[in-house]
Amino acid sequence: MSPTLAEEGLTIPDAPTEPGEFELSLRATRESGRKLLIAYVTGGLHDEWPDVVRAVADAGADAIEIGIPFSDPVMDGPIIQEASELALRDGASPVTVLDTLRTIDAGVPLAVMTYYNLAFHMGHERFASLMYEAGVRAAILPDLPLEEVGPWATAADPAGIETVMLAAPTAPDERLPRVVARSRGFVYAVGLLGVTGERDALAESSLVIARRLKAITDKPVLVGVGVSNGQQAAEVSQVADGCVIGSALMRRVVEGEGPAGAGAFIADVRAALDAS
Amino acid sequence: MPETLVPACQELEAAFREAWADQSFRDELDGLLADYAGRPSPITECHRLSAELGVRVLLKREDLNHTGSHKINNVLGQALLAKRMGKTRLVAETGAGQHGVASATAAALMGMECKVFMGEVDMERQALNVFRMRLLGAEVVPAMSGSRTLKDAVNEAMRDWVATVENTHYCLGSVMGPHPYPWMVREFHTVIGKESREQCAKLLDNEIPDVVTACVGGGSNAIGIFSGFADTTAELVGVEPAGGAAVGRGVPGVVHGMKSYLMQDEFGQVQEAHSISAGLDYPGVGPEHSHLSSIGRARYEQVTDDEVIAAFQLLSRTEGIIPALEPAHALAWISRDRAKLAGKTVLLNMSGRGDKDVGQMMEILG
Repeated sequence: MSPTLAEEGLTIPDAPTEPGEFELSLRATRESGRKLLIAYVTGGLHDEWPDVVRAVADAGADAIEIGIPFSDPVMDGPIIQEASELALRDGASPVTVLDTLRTIDAGVPLAVMTYYNLAFHMGHERFASLMYEAGVRAAILPDLPLEEVGPWATAADPAGIETVMLAAPTAPDERLPRVVARSRGFVYAVGLLGVTGERDALAESSLVIARRLKAITDKPVLVGVGVSNGQQAAEVSQVADGCVIGSALMRRVVEGEGPAGAGAFIADVRAALDAS
Repeated sequence: MPETLVPACQELEAAFREAWADQSFRDELDGLLADYAGRPSPITECHRLSAELGVRVLLKREDLNHTGSHKINNVLGQALLAKRMGKTRLVAETGAGQHGVASATAAALMGMECKVFMGEVDMERQALNVFRMRLLGAEVVPAMSGSRTLKDAVNEAMRDWVATVENTHYCLGSVMGPHPYPWMVREFHTVIGKESREQCAKLLDNEIPDVVTACVGGGSNAIGIFSGFADTTAELVGVEPAGGAAVGRGVPGVVHGMKSYLMQDEFGQVQEAHSISAGLDYPGVGPEHSHLSSIGRARYEQVTDDEVIAAFQLLSRTEGIIPALEPAHALAWISRDRAKLAGKTVLLNMSGRGDKDVGQMMEILG
């Protein structure tokens, strides 16, 4: 008989008790009474991507998630798949994206969103230190679940990289506190059953998961996946501390709206959040 | 593996553990395998082929199962389990279409909904299986991203499952993916190994063949037949396409919820596999094959498309059996290494029949 995951002896190190730089920054912003907005930008997509990063920072994003494109993005819908494919075709790699990132002074905290095999392949320590040197302080690896996070977290924690965990609507009540305890930077609440992408309306499940998380943690809770515009951002942030916007932004970039269009969209979302 | 699916995998593991220990579940599955799928499958001694190669070749005839391949063993098991778990819908990926056809068949049999993802490239080269799936009531959806083959069909099936996990079971077609799949799918295919062991005991003077061989994409038919001989002296040989040789040319990686050998570039981007056979066009391999290779219990050979085409013709001409292109890989290895194998007895898992490949071969052979 095959062993269960627990029987394989995979250990999950406790997260450091002190918040890291990324989380402290989000907490400070939250305490100032402002709803949190994180914008996702695919790294390496066209030469203009550093300008997109600067534009969304200037337009009011409180932090930016840089996507390092991966060949098999299973948690992503059509827009981010396309953005990733285009960036890979342009020659993007973890090294080129992080090298470029060093030259971007966005003025807001940076996280990396990518898939685990890129970290595994490069080696956990090297990947974590390359990220840190590029100014990144948090990592989101959506295909690395709690049970498997040990080897990565053991390298990332001391390197100054806060590993953000995803909390999904499918998690039973006994699982959520364990996910939250291991999450650093913030808790990424998955807003719906599905992959990233724009939706016509905010899913009821995003309010439910935000409520469940807010009831058990003081860490910043941000909802991502399916938050598509300012109105939805404001709606979900009535419960959550804020939200992550990715596909709606990247669609505009893929369609050629450029840094100006990206900045204008994030400014709209910012305004909606500030007015709520 | 996305966090959203972790509870589903845990639930599946618990359900399989419980069902596999339940005699009534086993009896029901055995009944379906016998009366619906047509098991046990025979072993055919290949007299004319053996004379020509100087190697005694035996075929385990999984091609004679209902739906034409070994895939039905796993699919009947998973569909029965899904029903027991209260799921009403199956989602599956398919390469050559054999697993998709088997999934559509099981769904029709059990009154379930079925959606099959298939690479756009594969839909073209396996149009017949696309039609069969639709005839069986399944929805077939092209995977348009990446290489538009099996790897991308797996991505699409996972994305669908992330969105539908409450009522849907992911009927994964090989010994790959997240736990419990590699283990569960192997268990459903051990019937191949068990039958073969008993049949060889009656057929062979020393009861065990010298070599057991099978083609390896994800590796389900190979694991099935290897499982019957892992504790014997028989040499176990998996045969990979040269353009999709995860064990032969890959390095350890993590994708589709498993850690295994994987063809990837210098940064860990998964590479596209290239093979004449859609069913083996996969850059990864089931983790148990990586394990068998690293401990030296099995070894993995590579054959080229040209060698496969020759083997496809060889078996058709000498034995009146048109093989699928996938098991033709294993025969291609026997044929190439026949001098080394001279006088030996080799058991080959004939995992599927070649009807689906005839159109493609018509074009290649003119």
